[in-house]
Amino acid sequence: MTYLPSFRNKRKVSNLIYIILATSCFGVALVPLISILYETISRGAAALSISLFTQVTPPIGSSGGGILNAIEGSLVMVAIASSIGVPVGVLAGAYLAEYPGKFGYYVRLVSEVLTGVPSIVTGIFIYELIVATQHRFSAFSGGVALGTMMIPIVAISTHESLKLVASSIREGGLALGISRAKTLIYILLSTARSGVITGIALAVARVMGETAPLLFTALGSQFMMTGINSPSASLTLLIFDFGTSPYDNAHTLAWGAALVLLSIVLGLNIVVRAASKLKVTGTE
Amino acid sequence: MSEHDRNRTRKRARPPDFFLILLGIAAIIIPVITVLMLYEIGNGSIASIEAFGASFLWGSDWIPNPANGGPPILGALPAIYGSVVTTALALLLAIPICLGVALFQTELAPRKLRTPALFLIEMLAAVPSVVYGLWGLLVLVPFMSIYVSPRLQASLGYLPLFSGPTTGLGMLTAGVILAIMIIPYGSSVMREVIAAVPRSQREASIALGATNWEMVRTSVLPFARTGIIAAIVLAMGRAMGETMAVTMVIGNVARISPSLFLPAETIPSVIANEFTEVAGNDVYLAALFELALILFAIALVMNLVGRVIIHRLSFKVRGDVPA
Repeated sequence: MTYLPSFRNKRKVSNLIYIILATSCFGVALVPLISILYETISRGAAALSISLFTQVTPPIGSSGGGILNAIEGSLVMVAIASSIGVPVGVLAGAYLAEYPGKFGYYVRLVSEVLTGVPSIVTGIFIYELIVATQHRFSAFSGGVALGTMMIPIVAISTHESLKLVASSIREGGLALGISRAKTLIYILLSTARSGVITGIALAVARVMGETAPLLFTALGSQFMMTGINSPSASLTLLIFDFGTSPYDNAHTLAWGAALVLLSIVLGLNIVVRAASKLKVTGTE
Repeated sequence: MSEHDRNRTRKRARPPDFFLILLGIAAIIIPVITVLMLYEIGNGSIASIEAFGASFLWGSDWIPNPANGGPPILGALPAIYGSVVTTALALLLAIPICLGVALFQTELAPRKLRTPALFLIEMLAAVPSVVYGLWGLLVLVPFMSIYVSPRLQASLGYLPLFSGPTTGLGMLTAGVILAIMIIPYGSSVMREVIAAVPRSQREASIALGATNWEMVRTSVLPFARTGIIAAIVLAMGRAMGETMAVTMVIGNVARISPSLFLPAETIPSVIANEFTEVAGNDVYLAALFELALILFAIALVMNLVGRVIIHRLSFKVRGDVPA
């Protein structure tokens, strides 16, 4: 029996190595997160001032200025996106939950595939569909591009939330003679409300941070918006344009914009996750 | 039953189902968008397909405006090469970490720490691509050029992979930032498939006296293997299509070189960088559309394969009947 202790020892060692490796993988994955948060907060804080929120972007290379037009552009385009993505996404998600079947299965599969399509492809698509036919870059086309991305994300999260509603609740509504539409609106959606809202909020946070679909649609602008048919600035476009320029003031504004964007996006994530106990999948 | 009653019954039995129609329209929009995307982007690339044919895929020159004023000579090979190399590098770095993170989250983390552990990785996923790019360009690039690249060159400089100037802008940095960006996605898919391994599998090996690692190695990983492969395919699709962060750190030069230190380009970075420069050059514009078409096709195939595998698995585990 002399081999037994060393045999058991080897097993313990391999187990220990596994635990150390897996735990350190988790630690390694967090290093960039910590670094990004630290750099954005410390460098972005240097840009924080009243003028950051009251002035428009200066020409690249000159001093001063703020990011007011970029904040406006981001908010307007996300509003346009939500007015498209939320109703279509929620109704499509409701279809998937209410009428499961072969067609529903394929729609769900296509939705999942669509969330994996690079966002720059969506940008090119909207360029060809709207910008090229209207012969102008516009906040509207940028909003439509973001809305197109939102539809499958919201559809999947709505589907997942509605699936969690017990079928007895659905059947109870129908058994009382309430129409399917009313059952959905007053019973199912209100039962699944927190999950549906979480999904919508996460989709909003996701498209708020998108840049690639805006490059050839909203284009970017140094001025306040004159209407949704004019080109528009956005926080993300500003970070890209100013971050890749060689000027210090531009970098400072880019970090300021990154801090504002990160606060909104991570803030939305934190709030809805804390507020909702429901697990929402399909938003990754 | 009177005539009147029968009519009423018939009417009540088959009212026009506006509700179904409304939901159905919303649902059908999703496949319609997909088909329309394929059509519009295909339509936009016609001029390029006519000009270059299949040789677009292996042409290694990218000269949109030749000096002699001739027609543009455009080949996608440098972009495809850059995409393949950066993606491979990213997967090489990210897959082991994804697996470690997923195992930590499902098997090792104490119950109380699981939710915070998930939350932190989700935060990593929520950071916008362009913020990764800004951080990559102004923090990671200097870090790579000062600390990482010179050391790699000092120890492995005899390999062509690590030759050339170490500015920090190039495929290596792009690969690193891509790895960071796909870790949350890859690990969340892996976590899902690992969590789907039936409890009885784990309990059986624990009952036989297996250590934690032996349980993972003999019961969990073999069961989750297909799902892990699907996760890798999905992560690969993500890495191929990642645009902003890569565009900001790769240097954007159409060149095929073995050196990971040199600036290069990827399919999405070419589109992002050059789209606003085409001005009136129709073939050039169409070539960028064709690049988008290639990217779209790659993303469709990888996501379809990955998703179908995962659907099959979850049906198998849950015992649902596939539609």
